[in-house]
Amino acid sequence: MHLALDRLTVMRGDCPVVDGASLAIAPGELVGLIGPNGAGKTTLMRGALGLLPHTGMSSLTDMAPQTRARHVAWLPQAREIAWPVSVETLVTLGRTPHLAAGQRPSETDRAAVAEALRIMDLSGFEARPATKLSGGEQARVLIARALAQDTPLILADEPIAGLDPGHQIATMQAFAQLAAGGKAIMVSLHDLGLAARHCTRLILMHRGRIHADGPPEKVLTKANLADVFGISAHLTRGPDGVIFQPLEVLT
Amino acid sequence: MTRALFPGLGLLTTALFALSLLTGPAGFGFSESVSALITGQGEAVTLVMREIRLPRAILAVMIGASLGLSGAALQGYLRNPLAEPGLIGVSGSAALGAVIAIQTGFAAAFALALPLTALAGAVIAVLLILALAGPRGGSLTLILAGIAISALAGALTSLVLNLSPNPFATAEIVFWMMGSLADRSFSHVWLAVPFMAVGWALLLPLGRGLDALTLGEDAAAAMGIRLDRMRLQLVLGVAACVGAATAVAGAIGFVGLVVPHLLRPLVGARPSVLLPASALGGAAMVLLADIAVRLVLPERDLKLGVLMAIIGAPLFLHLIYKTRRAL
Repeated sequence: MHLALDRLTVMRGDCPVVDGASLAIAPGELVGLIGPNGAGKTTLMRGALGLLPHTGMSSLTDMAPQTRARHVAWLPQAREIAWPVSVETLVTLGRTPHLAAGQRPSETDRAAVAEALRIMDLSGFEARPATKLSGGEQARVLIARALAQDTPLILADEPIAGLDPGHQIATMQAFAQLAAGGKAIMVSLHDLGLAARHCTRLILMHRGRIHADGPPEKVLTKANLADVFGISAHLTRGPDGVIFQPLEVLT
Repeated sequence: MTRALFPGLGLLTTALFALSLLTGPAGFGFSESVSALITGQGEAVTLVMREIRLPRAILAVMIGASLGLSGAALQGYLRNPLAEPGLIGVSGSAALGAVIAIQTGFAAAFALALPLTALAGAVIAVLLILALAGPRGGSLTLILAGIAISALAGALTSLVLNLSPNPFATAEIVFWMMGSLADRSFSHVWLAVPFMAVGWALLLPLGRGLDALTLGEDAAAAMGIRLDRMRLQLVLGVAACVGAATAVAGAIGFVGLVVPHLLRPLVGARPSVLLPASALGGAAMVLLADIAVRLVLPERDLKLGVLMAIIGAPLFLHLIYKTRRAL
């Protein structure tokens, strides 16, 4: 297991934002974390990483910070780039956990950075100041940073929000490919169509609890969509794979 | 660009250091000065070179490096190019300590009474900041605690001036607060060296964490950076540097703000490279300003802090103008 949570609970004041979440993610899985705004998706991932005070068990919080950083890469939702550093410098930051203090990036590090840039379709952007790129390009640079960290587990918070359709699909395919290669990846996302199509498994959150957990077609049922999102939708499996289209808001 | 930067800054600082040694009202010749400094020939020249100009130049380097380094570290940590070493309230509190020493007459009790009281003020400020901002918590609480302490120290300084019954003490306070390196001796150097050395040792290794913070606190923490430890190291490092600098030279602004800003484009904006670059750049800038105060108005005691602000502010305006055009 690359990630195991047991009754993870994160409180904000007296209110549990994540309430007794238990799950395990194995190598090879691309897990889509879905749920309405405020369902606790971000809090679940931050709690699992030990970035928030919590009760219950997370397999990540027992690790020393540097060991954990070699095991899991975290891509926060806020796309922060504080200084106009070059794209290559920024993506190389992902190698930080692999370098001893004062050590310069080796050939291995450089290769990991180049590979991450290639996957995110950013070859040729190396020397550009990261802050001068468009919003979607910055998002891809930040995903590349997480990929360059080259960890068995990746947690990404809404990585494809704001990307154009081509790069949304390409990013999900890249995640699927990495998962097929033995990594475990958990992404939160709101595009249920992309989630149904590319994820091997979906976890549906509702009011801090895990409402459903399983293969996309088992999770995106009429009842679950009505209870959690208050919408109706059309889902079919055709020759082109799973097709999911939200239809209407239920009243 | 970066490769030529460090030798260039090193060369500039060395040249300005030499120039600082050769600048002064005594008007000795070049060979006379150098031979006096090295061999000790000629009693008066040797005294001036070794006891007045040498400590002054050394202090300029130490203070400039401390302020430049502190500014770069704070800007990197807060991810804000407007941060400066005075932000966390240490320089204001050190100044308050000095002002109280002058007002009460304690400054005249023994040679280092004034800088020692200023250092005590700085230490109290650090303890207050750590208590206010807490051992954990983000950068925002640190800024707010710093602003509160700065305001309090400023108000208490004004109160001392306000209630001062002694106009001579008031004048002395006002002049002291303008910042100067005139008439400093090696005892000032030896007082500041241990604090500044500790400050440099705490701040220089922060580069790796500051680089990671480019991506925000969450991402940095997930990359294995211990943010709570880093913040403690930063506060103590800046306080040691700035406290010692203010204690021996008074308030010298703008170095910590302008130097990192000036050098950032030359280091590819990387906070880790900016740390040593700003230390060298700060040393060069204070040396330059301290030479200028002796050349511009040799008859009048032009204060270093005043000149620095007069040079620094327009320079800063120019940088803002350039940034605006680039947008």
